[in-house]
Amino acid sequence: MNLTLKIWRQKDSQAKGQMVDYKVTEISEHMSFLEMMDVLNEQLVNSGEEPVAFDHDCREGICGMCSMYINGEAHGPDRGITTCQLHMRMFNDGDTITIEPFRAAAFPVIKDLVVDRMAFERIQQAGGYISVNTSGNTQDANNIPISKHDADEAMDAATCIGCGACVATCKNSSAMLFVGAKVSQYALLPQGQVEAADRVQNMVAQMDLEGFGNCTNTGACEVECPKGISLENIARMNREYLSATLKG
Amino acid sequence: MSGILNSSIGRKFAMALSALFLMIFVLQHFVINLFSVINPDTFNEISHFMGTFWVIQYVIQPILIIGVIFHFVMGFVLEIKNNKANGVKYAKNNGAANSTWMSRNMIWSGGFILAFLIIHFIDFWIPEINTKYIVGDMTGMHNGEFRYFHELQEKFVPLWRVAFYIVGFVFLALHLLHGFDSAFQSTGANNKYTKGLQGFGKAYAILVPLGFIFIALFHHFTH
Repeated sequence: MNLTLKIWRQKDSQAKGQMVDYKVTEISEHMSFLEMMDVLNEQLVNSGEEPVAFDHDCREGICGMCSMYINGEAHGPDRGITTCQLHMRMFNDGDTITIEPFRAAAFPVIKDLVVDRMAFERIQQAGGYISVNTSGNTQDANNIPISKHDADEAMDAATCIGCGACVATCKNSSAMLFVGAKVSQYALLPQGQVEAADRVQNMVAQMDLEGFGNCTNTGACEVECPKGISLENIARMNREYLSATLKG
Repeated sequence: MSGILNSSIGRKFAMALSALFLMIFVLQHFVINLFSVINPDTFNEISHFMGTFWVIQYVIQPILIIGVIFHFVMGFVLEIKNNKANGVKYAKNNGAANSTWMSRNMIWSGGFILAFLIIHFIDFWIPEINTKYIVGDMTGMHNGEFRYFHELQEKFVPLWRVAFYIVGFVFLALHLLHGFDSAFQSTGANNKYTKGLQGFGKAYAILVPLGFIFIALFHHFTH
């Protein structure tokens, strides 16, 4: 198929940036979206132009690196996938595809479609962990009984890959689905209880400090999340936070 | 506890509490107004009680006014903060693919409700305060009978006001269609009752504004 691509080009973090049109031809419907981008970049390199910078790593939907806002949606028009799992069969011959970086004040553009998502790392560092002795005397986690329901919900929350689609999609650039998932995966398990109050307060404080917006419960994040992280995690974070804060 | 309003979740929680309080107020307002259709005498008696009982006038009414002001001010504060959190606007953004129009436009539906409330206050609340606390007439009587029902009917004679009220109630319905669920989610209440609450919320968001529209039309056509 032959396509017109409207791509955000920005030389560096300080440059203004603009949408630039490109044509790509003979794109197979079996290609992934990133492979189509590879074809474009090969074309650009061959013609002596600067290739389009975009994030990618595992290309199998696990690492959370590929971002891109495609035709007005994070990771494109399909559901439950990352951009690397988006196939060109979702598009038609002759289509014009708009490709932009994830937008949020807390995710500044580094170059073209690459954004800085270190804000998520700093939120994790603020409390997204449990303090255990790993000197060789660590207790086997299976010795602690956990209900199947809690284990399943914790696992569901832990599937968050921190890609940032929730922030990019949210009309308020809120990171509450990400933080809700990270808070929940520990709050649901006995190992996470000891530091639960400090964790949620510190992670929310860091989230606010990074400049993410306030959740208004549109639910767009849940729809666009490649891992289907549920809004229930935001409600749980709210409960955890209010309980920790009101108790002092 | 200190500084809870400085956090994003604390602000959401406060917004939700004020919303829940206002939804209870709107429901009782609707029930009282419904009596103006069912039985004007009962409507007059309830209106006189609400307008003269000191607990309602000096305790509940100030709390309500504070609640209304807080909800609007916080709504605008959150909107400004959220706009600041956004980076460069997307060239193409398909919001309809993942969320409802109501959820994305609470500031606009809320803004119109504010305009409606200003007119509503000028229509009813300010004349009432003037009669009772400036003129000093606490009797609630005019020409030997309660004035409340007649005043209500008089207000709904002009078609422009009825039309404006109907548009106001439509925006109230749109606001509530998202706001009801959203308020519970913000308080952290997402549990086995959520599905039932969502159903109740939809019914509330549609039936209460529809009821208000019916009352306005009823008085316009029966005066």
